[in-house]
Amino acid sequence: MRTVDFSREDHYKNAVFPSPFHSRQKQHNKLREWSRWSDYLSVPAYWCESMEYFAGRNACGVFDITPMVKHLVTGPDALPYLNRLMTRDVSKIKPGRVGYSVWCNEQGRVIDDGTIFHLTEGVYRICSQEHQIDWFMTNTLGFDVTIVEDTHDVAGLALQGPTSCAVLRDMGLDGIENLTPFGLTYFDFHGTELMVSRTGFTGDLGYELWTSPENAEMLWDRLFEAGEQRGIKAMGSDALELLRIEAGFILAGADFLPAAEAVRPTHTRSPFELGLGWLVSFDKGVFNGRQALLEEKQNGSRFHLVKLDIDGNKPANQSFVYTKNKKYAGTVTSAMWSPSAKASIALASLEAPLGKPGEEFEVEIYYQRELKWSRVMAPARVVKDVFWDPPRKRQTPPADF
Amino acid sequence: MISKMESVIIIGGGHNGLACAAYLAKAGRKVTVLEAAGQVGGAAATREFATGYKASCAHLLNLLDDGISKELGLASNGLSMAKSGLNTIALATDGNHLTISADRVDGGSLSGEDQAAYKEYRRFMSKYAGIIAAMHNMVPPRITQDRGDLMALGKLALKVRMLGRDDMRELLRIAGINIYDVLKENFDNPLLKGALSLDAVLGTFSGPRSNNSVFTALHRMSGNNAGAAGAASIPAGGMGAVTDALAAAAKKAGAEIRTGSPVSKILMDGMQVSGVELTGGEQISATTVVSNADPKTTIMELLGARHVEAGFARKINNIRAKGNAAKLHLALDGLPDFTGVSPDQLGERLVIAPTVEYVELAFNHCKYGEFSANPVAEITIPSIHDTALAPDGKHVLSAIVQYAPRNLGVGWNEGKGAFMEAIFNTLSAYAPDIREKTVASELLTPEDLENEFRMGGGHWHHGELSLDQFLMLRPVPGSAQYKTPVEGLYFCGAGCHPGGGVMGSAGKNAATAVLSN
Ligand SMILES: Cc1cc2nc3c(=O)[nH]c(=O)nc-3n(C[C@H](O)[C@H](O)[C@H](O)COP(=O)(O)OP(=O)(O)OC[C@H]3O[C@@H](n4cnc5c(N)ncnc54)[C@H](O)[C@@H]3O)c2cc1C
Repeated sequence: MRTVDFSREDHYKNAVFPSPFHSRQKQHNKLREWSRWSDYLSVPAYWCESMEYFAGRNACGVFDITPMVKHLVTGPDALPYLNRLMTRDVSKIKPGRVGYSVWCNEQGRVIDDGTIFHLTEGVYRICSQEHQIDWFMTNTLGFDVTIVEDTHDVAGLALQGPTSCAVLRDMGLDGIENLTPFGLTYFDFHGTELMVSRTGFTGDLGYELWTSPENAEMLWDRLFEAGEQRGIKAMGSDALELLRIEAGFILAGADFLPAAEAVRPTHTRSPFELGLGWLVSFDKGVFNGRQALLEEKQNGSRFHLVKLDIDGNKPANQSFVYTKNKKYAGTVTSAMWSPSAKASIALASLEAPLGKPGEEFEVEIYYQRELKWSRVMAPARVVKDVFWDPPRKRQTPPADF
Repeated sequence: MISKMESVIIIGGGHNGLACAAYLAKAGRKVTVLEAAGQVGGAAATREFATGYKASCAHLLNLLDDGISKELGLASNGLSMAKSGLNTIALATDGNHLTISADRVDGGSLSGEDQAAYKEYRRFMSKYAGIIAAMHNMVPPRITQDRGDLMALGKLALKVRMLGRDDMRELLRIAGINIYDVLKENFDNPLLKGALSLDAVLGTFSGPRSNNSVFTALHRMSGNNAGAAGAASIPAGGMGAVTDALAAAAKKAGAEIRTGSPVSKILMDGMQVSGVELTGGEQISATTVVSNADPKTTIMELLGARHVEAGFARKINNIRAKGNAAKLHLALDGLPDFTGVSPDQLGERLVIAPTVEYVELAFNHCKYGEFSANPVAEITIPSIHDTALAPDGKHVLSAIVQYAPRNLGVGWNEGKGAFMEAIFNTLSAYAPDIREKTVASELLTPEDLENEFRMGGGHWHHGELSLDQFLMLRPVPGSAQYKTPVEGLYFCGAGCHPGGGVMGSAGKNAATAVLSN
């Protein structure tokens, strides 16, 4: 079953579809607000953004990731194909493992980021934020591979937070505690196949559950039954946004402009400019952007994406960043007041060579109190580590919360 | 001793591969040319197509670079002309033909205005062709901030500026438009316009009304070896004499040439070229490989697209290279009788292009995968000037016939006979006894050319010659300086700047690029 019925003549009239979890989302969605994420209806907040955020940090939150764009890559050349497409060395991602990666155009600018799931030997799933099928197909020239965008054939739920492992164990996934970070495994789940990966977008202990759309509702129901005693909550995209900024994860369209969408090529970013140099493997052979990235490595990058710890408690969304000498330094790309770090934090793109850890800046924050606008120049410094990085994220087996 | 670093393999012994080999060998490189066919020369080789009858696919020499001729001593390596500075006879079925030479046109019912206009046309077209000629032997500049590139671009701009205000303005006006409009502006005589339009479309996928056709006309006129812009000669021994002389020069300089050695694969060691593999499995190592095969075949088939970035592979794959020139060789019992053409005119360049509209209509067919019902032709009877090409008293007719699309709708297996019939019908209208005089024939369709000479698409230029595939855009950006993105791999054939025609410049420039690395 597909989540979208393409056999219907008028399917194209509906640009946005209900997710396979829609009936259950509807029950939880007290605010009755819907937003659009890619091809699907998504929930910004079910009831209270903060409660959902805290569920993710202190219990566990359930987030529908079906809208993520998914592709299945198969065929004898799947690995060489992916290695030419991606900046990182995909041969290091063994079967049963997941890797984060970016892919670039010829100019070495990031088209999108995503995760590579090595499902079984030679079979890969690529999840991306943006639709990529055109670029992925262009890349098949000269390779014996098959690429299918199977977004609509796979339903996905993220279960994130400290109690997530226990909930899954209670749901009957025997041995789930042995799954290491970035590992994936398969379970027989009430006669259906359930794929579980220890991955997520919150920087905490968490899992992603993948099944076919017809099993979606059953999965949701079993999950909430099992999690009732452990504070499980449906989580909306607003809460997830907070969790991912604390975790230091970047978002296409917010922290960088996907290169394929750029009208002004100078506004795009290279992996180095996003702090993702560790994803660039020059010694694996040719890959898209290699030549340009080599040159950038020699000649220097234009930008640095940094984490800022900002004085005060005002979220610094959409702010300018200045040097101590009041010179323009860059702009904030994502920001929030972090309840966990108890700090105003931000990701910011600064003009190189600015942005070394410890360097001090001022952030110009405009804020409103009861319809009155004010401005503050808040001192800020570049920090090296992400704001939320608990040891339980890496621990196997995870502690029983 | 020559180190491994200095050894170079050249894939293909076409005239460009041979020129490249000669220059590299002269510079001290250890060069091995691997030619698939049993003889060198590619589409410029002279071959026996019927017992005792010889012809070369490329038949008229009008672009060979003088500098290259001298530097490689082609004359002392056996090259001479059987006939230089051919006139063009624009054939008419009623025999009322025109005789077109470098500086005048006569015959038919030509008006004085047209005769004067022809002189003016030649004046400005030769001048513009000179700008293209000046680019022949330069490695195209890249569009960068590099000083050398900027200087080269500046020099080009200066050349254009030096035309003077009026001529520069006219060049800018006509460079991108079509020859049909330009001819219409200048001439009245239909036959004259038809014959001149043929020069613009020979070897390209275009009709007189296609854009770029002024550019292709200029390209054809950019050679100067017979004294006037675009003047054509017939080498003694056919075009193969040029390639044999190039091969001799290369060998003298120390290059090794192996025929019967088709390369099936370019070998890689990591990111660097490491040699080639022949069809039989033999591997030969070299850290520099220069390919005379067309760029698309080189990257997509010999190397494999996976060894280059996707953007580059896509650009290479998108090179337009659908040939539509066929080559006809007839073995003749005796000289045919072209109506109204005197015996001493029979050895000139004879063209069938009675009006521009006729040429355009002939082109229309190939847009839809059909051959022209009434084809255009450029005909020579080289045996008049060079008796060695045919048995005593016999003759060879060599004709480029258009349009014959590479991908004929019905397929060439089925279509070839019918096309031959259309050609004979057309020829008979001008030379009624042509069928009787023919004792043997060979028709090479673009498909045959592709198989025989391994030219992708059977294309004259190894890739369409047009402004969007010229200079720093030829074959595609990122390899227009002959060096491909793959370490150690270069292009040297007609698919590179400055394009096809027996010229030698692509081969020479590629050698310059290899040596400067
Ligand atoms: C019908 C026709 C008529 C023409 N008439 C004229 C004319 O009158 N005057 C003129 O100036 N030009 C003419 N041309 C154009 C001219 O023939 C070409 O532009 C010219 O031959 C190109 O030279 P080249 O050396 O670049 O390539 P080619 O002549 O194509 O030579 C390439 C060589 O590489 C070899 N090769 C390719 N792949 C491999 C491999 N894998 N392994 C080993 N060897 C390989 C081929 O066998 C061939 O020998 C004509 C072209 C056509 C098609």
